[in-house]
Amino acid sequence: MMKGLKKWRLFSLLAVMTVFLSACGEEYITTLKPAGAVGKEQFNLLLFSISIMALVVVVVSVLYLYAFAKFRRSKQGEDHMPKQVEGSHTLEVIWTVIPIILLLILTVPTLITTYKFADVKAMEEVDEEGNKTALTVNVTAKLYWWEFEYPEQGIVTAQELVVPTGEKVYFNLKAADVKHSFWIPSVGGKMDTNVENVNKFYLQFDEESADLKDGVFYGKCAELCGPSHALMDFKVKTLSREDFDNWVAAMQATEGQTANADSADLGEATFANSCLGCHAISGVGASGAMGPNLATFADRNRVAGVLEHSKESIEKWVTDPEPYKPGNLMTGKYGELSEEEISAVADYIMTLSVED
Amino acid sequence: MSSVAVAKKKGFGATVWDYLTTVDHKKLAVLYLVAGTLFFAIAGFEALLMRIQLMIPNNNFVSAGFFNELLTMHGTTMLFLAATPLLFAFMNAIVPLQIGARDVAFPFLNSLGFWLFFLGALFLHLSFFMGGAPDAGWTSYASLSLYSPGHGIDFYVLGLQISGAGTLISGINFIVTIITMRAPGMTFMRMPLFTWTSLISSTLILFAFPPLTVGLFLMLVDRMFGANFFNHTMGGNTIIWEHLFWIFGHPEVYILVLPAFGLFSEIIPVFARKRLFGYSSMVFATILIGFLGFMVWAHHMFTTGLGPTANAIFAVATMAIAVPTGMKVFNWILTIWGGSIKVTVPMLYALGFIPSFVAGGVTGVMQATAPLDYQLHDSYFIVAHFHYVIVGGIVTAIFGSFHFYWPIMFNRALSEKLGKWTFWIFFIGFHLTFFIQHFLGLMGMPRRVFTYQADQGWDLFNFISSIGALMMGVGVILLVTNIFMSIKSKPLNCRDYWGDGRSLEWALKTPVPFYNFKQTPLVRGFDPYWLEKHEGNKEGMTYAEPLGDIHMPNNSIIPLVISIGMFVAAFGALYHPDGVSWSIPVIVIGLGITVAAMITRSLKDDLGFHVHVDEILATEEELYGKGGNK
Repeated sequence: MMKGLKKWRLFSLLAVMTVFLSACGEEYITTLKPAGAVGKEQFNLLLFSISIMALVVVVVSVLYLYAFAKFRRSKQGEDHMPKQVEGSHTLEVIWTVIPIILLLILTVPTLITTYKFADVKAMEEVDEEGNKTALTVNVTAKLYWWEFEYPEQGIVTAQELVVPTGEKVYFNLKAADVKHSFWIPSVGGKMDTNVENVNKFYLQFDEESADLKDGVFYGKCAELCGPSHALMDFKVKTLSREDFDNWVAAMQATEGQTANADSADLGEATFANSCLGCHAISGVGASGAMGPNLATFADRNRVAGVLEHSKESIEKWVTDPEPYKPGNLMTGKYGELSEEEISAVADYIMTLSVED
Repeated sequence: MSSVAVAKKKGFGATVWDYLTTVDHKKLAVLYLVAGTLFFAIAGFEALLMRIQLMIPNNNFVSAGFFNELLTMHGTTMLFLAATPLLFAFMNAIVPLQIGARDVAFPFLNSLGFWLFFLGALFLHLSFFMGGAPDAGWTSYASLSLYSPGHGIDFYVLGLQISGAGTLISGINFIVTIITMRAPGMTFMRMPLFTWTSLISSTLILFAFPPLTVGLFLMLVDRMFGANFFNHTMGGNTIIWEHLFWIFGHPEVYILVLPAFGLFSEIIPVFARKRLFGYSSMVFATILIGFLGFMVWAHHMFTTGLGPTANAIFAVATMAIAVPTGMKVFNWILTIWGGSIKVTVPMLYALGFIPSFVAGGVTGVMQATAPLDYQLHDSYFIVAHFHYVIVGGIVTAIFGSFHFYWPIMFNRALSEKLGKWTFWIFFIGFHLTFFIQHFLGLMGMPRRVFTYQADQGWDLFNFISSIGALMMGVGVILLVTNIFMSIKSKPLNCRDYWGDGRSLEWALKTPVPFYNFKQTPLVRGFDPYWLEKHEGNKEGMTYAEPLGDIHMPNNSIIPLVISIGMFVAAFGALYHPDGVSWSIPVIVIGLGITVAAMITRSLKDDLGFHVHVDEILATEEELYGKGGNK
C-alpha cells in the first residue's frame, strides 16, 4: 500500500509539472500570460495566494502522510490500543493563530487592489478645454452580441472593441436585455453588465494585438444568458495611440454613410431593404441599435462572433442564423432572401471597412 | 399495530403501505436513501451528458438549449434533491440512535417532510416530459429566468418551493429532537460530532431556507401573476434576487458540508481506534462555521458591482472561514496521529477526503481574494473549486457512510472488496475530472458553456476531464451494484460491526427494533459505548429506567395526502399564466385536499400506542433469540 502511495505521489507530481509546463494556454485568451496592468496584478495575486496556499497544502500533506504511514494497524498489531488523547490547547492555538497570520498577510494586497481596481474617478477628469482626459467606452451587452460606444468621439461599433495601448481605458457596462458579464481574460478580470445599473471599471491594454494569431484578444460573456451564452464572444483590437486616433478619425468620417435601396448593386439594394433597419453602416452614432453596427465589418475577425470570417460564413448565417446562434434575435426578422440576394449582401458587407 | 408483527414477513402490498404511512425514523431514512440515490443517479447522468458534449470542441451531442436544461437540473438536483436527502437519510437513521431516543420529536412531521420533498422533486423532474426543464442555472438569476420562455422556470419555482418546505420542516424537527430528546446524561458536550453538525446544519436550514422561500415566492408571482419584483423596466431589481438567492445559497453549502464533517468525525475515530482529537474545538469550529456561513454570501457577487467596500468586507469575512475549517482538518489529522489506522472502505473515503477537501478549501481562499476573483469568477476555476468541496467533501462522506452505517441501517454489510474498487475508480476519476478544470478556468474558459471553439487551447484538458467523468460514472455504477448485492447477503445480527464503535448507535444489536431502545440508556460520558465496552458491560449500555411500556406513534397516510394536495395545486399554478380555464379549479382542489387532510389531522386525536413489556420481550426474543438483547 505504501509503495502504491509513493507511486501515486510521483505520478501526481509529474502530472502537476506537465500541466504547469504545457498549460499556460493561448496568449490571446489565457489569464496566465497577462497583456495588461490589471491582469498582471491579478496574476501576481494569483501567484502570491498560490504560494501561501501551497505552504498550507504542504504542511497538511506532510503531517497527514506521516501519520498515515506511521500509525497503520498493520504495523502496530491487531490488538494495539492507542492512548486516548482528548486534545491539546497548545496545538489548537498554533493552528488557529498561524492561519490567521497567513490570512492577514493575504488580506493586505487584497484590500489595496480591491480599492485600486474600483477607482474610476479619472473618468470625470477634464483638461483646460473641458475635454475628458481619459478614454471611456460604453459597453452594452445584448443577446448575443456586444455594442461599444465611444461617447466623447461620437462613434459606435460592435463585436470588436478597438482600444489604445498604454493607458487606462474606462468602461461603463450595462446589459440591454438579460444579465451578461464582460470579460477579456488576458487583459483583466470581468465585471457584470447588469440590467438596472451601470457598472464602471477600467482595464489597461499593454500589448498591441497585431502580432497575435488572429490579431485580436478574445473577449467572452461570463454570465449564463441563454442558449447561445457560449457563443457570445467578442474580439479586442489594441492599437498604438496614434493608430487608434487614426481609426477614430476614419470612423468619424463614415458619418452619414448609408445603403441606397435604388442602388444598381444588388447587395447594397438588398441590404437597404432588408438589413439597414437594424444594422447601421455608419460608425457615427450612439448605442442602442437593434443589431450590431456593421461600419467596420470587413475589418473584423469573425462573423457573428464565432464563425470564420468569410463570405461563405455570411451566406450561411444570413440564410438561417438559428443553427449558429440558437435563440438569437435576428432569425426571422428580415423575410425571405433569395440565394442570389444573400450572396450579393455578403459581397456588399465585406466591403464595409474603415481600415486601409 | 402490533409490535411483533413488524418483524414478520409481510406481503408486497402491506410493505408498500407500511412505507407510505411510516413515521419510523429508520424507515424514513431508507426512503430518503432510495430517493436521494435515485436523484443522484439522474443528476450524475446529466453531468455525463454534459461532459460528453464538451469532450471535443464544436460538438453536437446535445443542443444549446438542452445543455442549459442539463446544467440547471444537474446543479439543482445534486444540491436540493440528492445531497440533502442523502444526508437526511443518515441524520434520520443515526441521530436518534446516537442520542438514545426512540424516534424524532415529531414523527408525523418527519414523514410530511419527506413526502413534500419527494413530491416537489418529482414535480420538478416532470418538467423534462412537459415542455422542457428549467434552463437558467441552479442560481436562476432573475433577468434570465424572467426572460426564459416556456414553463421550465415555473417548474423550478414550484418544485423547489414544495421540496424546500419539506426540508425546512425536517430541519426544525431535528433541532427539536436534538435539543429535547437526548437520553439522560447525554449533555450537549457529550453529543457525538455527527449529532452536533446535524444540529448546526438544521439551524442553518431554519435561517437559510426562508430567504429562498421569499425569493421563490416573488419569482412565482412575477412569472405567474405578472408582478414586477424583478422586472427592472417596471421598477423591480434583479440584484435583489441575487442577494436573496445567495443569502440562502451560501449557507446551503454549509448545510451540506457540516453533516459531512460530522460523518467523517464519526468514521475517523472508529478506524483510528482513538478518541476524536480536540472535541470541544471541533464543536466550536462547527458553530463558528455555521455563523460565518451567513456573513459571506456576497462573495458570490464580487463582479456584480457592489463596490469596493462591500467586496473588501466580504473578502475578509470569507477568508475568516478558513480558520475554523483548518482547525477541523488539523484535528482529524491529530486523531489518526498516534492511533491504529485500519484502512476499511469508510476510512478510505475519509483518508481521500482530507487532501481533496484541503485542495477545495485553498482554492476557496484564492477566490475570496476579491480582485483575483474577478478573473476566476464564472470560469471553470470555480467549477473545479466547488466540485472539490462538494464531491471531495460531501459525496465522499455520503459514500463512506453508506459502507459505515449499512450494518445499522440494513443489518447487512456492503462488500469491502468491491468498495475498494469503487473508491479508487471514483476517486481517480474525480481528480482527473476536476483538477484539470482549474487550469481551464485560468486559461480563460467560462463556465456554463455548451460548446467551445477549437482554437483556444482547451481541447486536451476538456477531453481528459470527460474521461475522468466517465470513470466517476463507473464508480457510481459499482456502488449501486454493491448495494444490490448486499440485499442478497446474509443478515449480520451483530453489535458493533466494525469492532471499534464508540457512540451509542454501535451499542445496539442489529436489526434495531422499531422502538430502538427497550430501556432508555443512561449516558455516563463521551463516547458512551466505548466507555461501557471497556468497563466490560456486555449489554453495551447502562439503563436509565426499568423495563416498562413504551409509547410509540401510529403510522399515518395523512402526510402523503397533504403533499399530494400541494403537488396537484402546483399544476394549476403552473398553467395559470396560459389562461387555461381549469387552472384555478385545480389550485382550489389541490389546496382543498391539503387543508382537508390538515383539518383531519387536527380534529382526530392520535395518541399513539403502547408496547407492553411482554410484547417487548417477545420482540427481542424473536430478533435476537432466547434471552433477547444481551
